[in-house]
Amino acid sequence: MVKRVTLFVTCLVDQLFPKIGLGMADVLEDLGYELDFPEAQTCCGQPAFNSGHWDEARQVARYFLDVFRDCECVVCPSGSCAAMVTHHFEELFAGDPGRLAEVRALKPRVWEFSQFLLDVAGVEDVGARLDRVVTFHDSCHGLRELRIKEGPRRLLAKVRGLELREMDIPEECCGFGGTFSVKFPEVSGGMARTKIDSILRTGAGTVVGLDSSCLLQIEGALRRAGSQVRAMHLAEVLASR
Amino acid sequence: MNAPDKILTTLANPPLQKAVYAATGRLMDHRRAVVTPEVLPDFQELRTAANAIKRHTLENLDYYLEQLETNVTRRGGTVVWCKDGAEVADFLTRLAKGKNARLVVKSKSMTTEEIDLNDKLEEAGIETVETDLGEFIIQLMRQKPYHIVAPALHLTRYEVADVFTQRLGVERETVIEKQTMIARRVLREKFLAADIGISGANFLVADSGAVVLCTNEGNARLTTTAPRIHVAVAGIEKLVPRAADLAVFLKLLGRSATGQPLTVYTSFLSGPRRESEIDGPQEFYLVLLDKGRTQVLANPEKRQTLFCIRCGACLNHCPVYRKIGGHNYPWVYSGPVGAVISPLYQGMMHDPWLPFASSLCGACGEVCPVKIELPKLLLEHRDEIVRTKAAQGQGRLEKLGFRLWAWLMRHPKLYELAGTAGSVIASGDSGWMTRLPGPMNIGPGKAWTSQRDMPALAPRSFRQLWRERRSRS
Repeated sequence: MVKRVTLFVTCLVDQLFPKIGLGMADVLEDLGYELDFPEAQTCCGQPAFNSGHWDEARQVARYFLDVFRDCECVVCPSGSCAAMVTHHFEELFAGDPGRLAEVRALKPRVWEFSQFLLDVAGVEDVGARLDRVVTFHDSCHGLRELRIKEGPRRLLAKVRGLELREMDIPEECCGFGGTFSVKFPEVSGGMARTKIDSILRTGAGTVVGLDSSCLLQIEGALRRAGSQVRAMHLAEVLASR
Repeated sequence: MNAPDKILTTLANPPLQKAVYAATGRLMDHRRAVVTPEVLPDFQELRTAANAIKRHTLENLDYYLEQLETNVTRRGGTVVWCKDGAEVADFLTRLAKGKNARLVVKSKSMTTEEIDLNDKLEEAGIETVETDLGEFIIQLMRQKPYHIVAPALHLTRYEVADVFTQRLGVERETVIEKQTMIARRVLREKFLAADIGISGANFLVADSGAVVLCTNEGNARLTTTAPRIHVAVAGIEKLVPRAADLAVFLKLLGRSATGQPLTVYTSFLSGPRRESEIDGPQEFYLVLLDKGRTQVLANPEKRQTLFCIRCGACLNHCPVYRKIGGHNYPWVYSGPVGAVISPLYQGMMHDPWLPFASSLCGACGEVCPVKIELPKLLLEHRDEIVRTKAAQGQGRLEKLGFRLWAWLMRHPKLYELAGTAGSVIASGDSGWMTRLPGPMNIGPGKAWTSQRDMPALAPRSFRQLWRERRSRS
């Protein structure tokens, strides 16, 4: 039985959307977990990894391992950052047996937030209430690397007052893609506009997701389009009372 | 870096955007309908099997190629080994001259597109006519295929009407069925007059020496049987060991490409007409093309790119392809597979922007029927390009940026300080900005806000709020 949970809030949540981290902490504390936030934590290294700067990604990933290596259980409000650790650290350290062993030992103890709730904590109903019509965006790395599809929907179904309206293209990428968003801004922006068109067709006032990176792309595009629809992380939804 | 500017032209063309998005969307829907577990319960097992068969074949390619040659020869055909496109063109030109052939009909073949065969034959004075409807249209327009499977995917029937009027001298016709009849009328005469038919090959079967063609229009049957000479041009990676292996690949190809359980025609061609047969060509040649494939084969990391069966599913499912279309890629292969294989054949630094033009959403890898790890290969290309650039002294600013970033990420106190400083400088009403203030509106920040609003850094970071929370409790 896991008792102590170490929060890896991710650099984006730390610097841009701290409310997501606090929401995650609220939900986990309500479930009786003892929480730990190592202040040495920063980033998983993914921005450099996806941009081809693997030496720099390795430096940050090694640092990540040093911070989290001995934790009993690491929970993270991002499918993308969790997948970086559980799926891509092995590629980064393919030539480093020592670090590879560390990665493999840590990997089964790193969880994306919704997966932790369902698979480790074993809860669907966290007692949340939110009177809103929402739609749900499947973020790519959560969906295709961590196979997260029905889980968040099961959690949302238990939120009192909440109605989920599916998009016609819930699984289509929002176009963020890390540095892709600024290397190919027009392509990335076009993808975001295709996504928000689908969000707007649902009539929902809120789009919920598991990754603050997708949500910043989506809400940024919604705001630019003059829409009142806002993005919300699943952790914020589940922390609503 | 420098992606082509015409990407912006494509993005700024709403009818084209709509046409490409709708056509690829239909192909996605059709595929999804025939690979669901209810319809095809063993779809994932088939993908795994296809991957294993291709892996085995390529790891033993020398053996199977010799077996193929033996069996093609035994059936009266001739195998021609070509190391590049020039050798293919030389062979065909000599063949045409020797047989006094003036007209070539072709069925759809990406391999011959790869080597610009039509141009080379036309230069040698041999009229070359594409007979697949989409290929026929784009040949009239002097364009390259827009899509591996649907070469004229980007065109509307009105554009086809225009080109038929201009190039064929027919009255303007916008009804698709009637356009098809116009093409059919023109092409029938070509089929009957042609001396040589050139096809590609979807599969080559080592144990029988058969060329397998999967088509929908019947034009490949005419191409390979009406003229007195049939030449199939195929890359050496098209092999499968046994006819039985096609039970796996034929189930995957049509489904992945167009959502068909099988293509309308599946032709097994082995050698020229034999005595007891009533049709078929008098002569049959199988041209086996290397053109860089053996070099890719020699690289264990990149070898899996040779598994590709050219179904086009990764293109249809790629949100980037669906925006930038098929004509902004540097080679005839577009979409994710194009972005992965073009650098392997044209050189990693030929178009160093290409592997970066992806959000890494992973949709391509998920649908690939032979399980090529396309996202992983894109990432590996990026790593190689960045290292090559560093060695050549290019991309210094970005490298410096990431070095600074990596250093900051390993110094949490300074990382926190930088965040606090940033939140003071770049704050916005309601926490969002439409542009960065004054002189900071440059580089990545400017690129970001060219498309969407940007969140300001939080006045207090999570770690600061966490400390307060802990000191309260």
